Amino acid sequence: MRMITYCDALNEAMLQEMERDDSIFVYGIGVPDHKRIFDSTCNILEKFGSERCFDTPLAEDSMTGFALGAAINGLRPIHIHIRMDFLLLAMNQIANMISSFSYGCGGKQGVPLVIRVVIGRGWGQGFQHSKSMHAAFAHIPGLKVVLPTSPSDAKGLLIASIRDNNPVIFIEHRWLYWQKGEVQEEPYEIPIGKGNIVRKGKDLTIVATSWMNIEALHAAKILSDHGVEIEIIDPRTISPLDEQIIIESVKKTKHLIVADNDWIYCGFGSEVAAIVSEKCFGHLKAPVKRIGFAQVPCPTARHLENKFYPNAETVVREVEQMLGLSRIDLSSESFYSHENRFKGPF
Amino acid sequence: MKSLNVELYRKMYLIRRAEEKIQEHYHEDEMKTPMHMSMGEEAIVAGVCHALKEDDQAFGTYRSHALYLAKTMETDDFFAEMYGKSTGIARGKSGSMHLSAINKGLLSCSAIVASNIPVAVGAAFANKYKKNGKKVAVFFGDGALDEGIFWESLNSACLMKVPVIFVCEDNDFAVHTRRKCRTGYDSICDVASKFNCNVFSESTTDVNRVYNLTSEAIRVMDENQKPCFMHFRYYRYLEHVGINEDFDAGYRSKEEYLQWFKKDPVALQRASLIELSVGEEYIEEIEKTIDSSISQSIERAQKAPFSDTSEVYEGVFKCE
Repeated sequence: MRMITYCDALNEAMLQEMERDDSIFVYGIGVPDHKRIFDSTCNILEKFGSERCFDTPLAEDSMTGFALGAAINGLRPIHIHIRMDFLLLAMNQIANMISSFSYGCGGKQGVPLVIRVVIGRGWGQGFQHSKSMHAAFAHIPGLKVVLPTSPSDAKGLLIASIRDNNPVIFIEHRWLYWQKGEVQEEPYEIPIGKGNIVRKGKDLTIVATSWMNIEALHAAKILSDHGVEIEIIDPRTISPLDEQIIIESVKKTKHLIVADNDWIYCGFGSEVAAIVSEKCFGHLKAPVKRIGFAQVPCPTARHLENKFYPNAETVVREVEQMLGLSRIDLSSESFYSHENRFKGPF
Repeated sequence: MKSLNVELYRKMYLIRRAEEKIQEHYHEDEMKTPMHMSMGEEAIVAGVCHALKEDDQAFGTYRSHALYLAKTMETDDFFAEMYGKSTGIARGKSGSMHLSAINKGLLSCSAIVASNIPVAVGAAFANKYKKNGKKVAVFFGDGALDEGIFWESLNSACLMKVPVIFVCEDNDFAVHTRRKCRTGYDSICDVASKFNCNVFSESTTDVNRVYNLTSEAIRVMDENQKPCFMHFRYYRYLEHVGINEDFDAGYRSKEEYLQWFKKDPVALQRASLIELSVGEEYIEEIEKTIDSSISQSIERAQKAPFSDTSEVYEGVFKCE
């Protein structure tokens, strides 16, 4: 099958859906400018014109309310933000207005909108350009929260999100934009609420979100060379969450690490740990371990940033500890470095 | 002329009497929802809604009994919702603060000050996009002018030229704080007029003047495609939330209220009808019909069943 990048998969999903349904429009700060949201909105303006693809004033909160108004009045908005940190300006509209709209009218009216938002680390983004926050959205009833990792999932889940009659927060890690993978050319949906077994294994389950799947895969490869087979589950959507796929895996491997691309405290990892302890506690041979960001604002300098973010090495060390393995020599291992292909600016 | 005035009176009388009935029954503690009463603002809502076409749309606030009643002219679903019954607007989910009647064009009411303003702009954008000619009116108090999102929304609407009417119902209070304690400018209309929109202002309790001004606003908006900002003064008769007067609280005087009450919008319109030679008997007939329909609605609501408690889980997402 054809290989394309995550970024191109997002772009293709929007182009194909807009072709199919002219109630869809795409907008947000910088959406039609020359950078095109890191190239993910290429060709939309050219193909569909400025009525269906437009820039906005720097007014995240009101332009999010704007999406709600358009969505309840027959359109299907896709609102894009290049940083999660900027989307937080719209938290009132998301938490007070959008999430409760259907409930407030007895479920008579849906809110078919997608908020695409880029997260990501790296290259000195600092504490106001680096947040993930997906757990904060998943905490709120009435929102669907989607974080695809593979290009194929990016396309299928974006199409499913656009076609959904309810609000979806669609979270994309910037580093994933260049990942290539097999992607079917025809439009297709991946159901929201279905997890994916990224790698099969028998010894330990890692539930990983977004970029942490890449780190977990790297760790699994190293561990496999040392005779340990890791099963990696990408939930893909954290609200709704495919609990069953996690529970079944834990029942098999008896061990669970949650590698989350976010702060640990009160985060998605805590939720998974709670679910597993409620539903298959007796199967666990060790306490659930959570991996995530250091509980501090994100620092800027590279050496501090490296300490702030977990990576494949963090995962390997936690697995060693949980399974009582001897320490693997990682000195010859080269870990993913964003600097190898990215020299900034963001 | 006569029939227009009768219709305007009908709207206002319905609103006033429905709220008086709420006052009458609230102490029974069966309507367990915070009431933000519309009393005093009837002329604005009735005048604006009557100037709009039936399929034009509106958004309101937590103080929207008047808006709901003006848009729908029905009290069955309304009172059922106040009583939290399964027959209510949202089967007991919305209460007094989140009224809606989507098929009648009242799309939603929000209890977060100013938060519905951008939603109205988006809805108006959708109408423009679909070229269906519908207008959107969004109602909010003067407290909303303090919120950043009001200015964001006004800016975007003017930039994008969407068919929206911003209706500021200015009662001089944000809860209990007067406008002069909250604003760094003298006149909102002066400021709004610097934007690319049409600005209209009235301080009146005469529903005819509100109706005429709104009709004029709609005409101008059709002509120049610019949104409208309308500013209306009124006086909130009752406490911020609740069914009582609060003149003993010290933040405003009864004398101030009495000055406004002299020009009470409902009484004023009734007097206009008499002046237009609408017979007293005819008016009484209208009033009797409305009174009896409200009483029946309350009775139905009281008798209606509560939903099963499983209802709590319904409607988080669209019921397909």
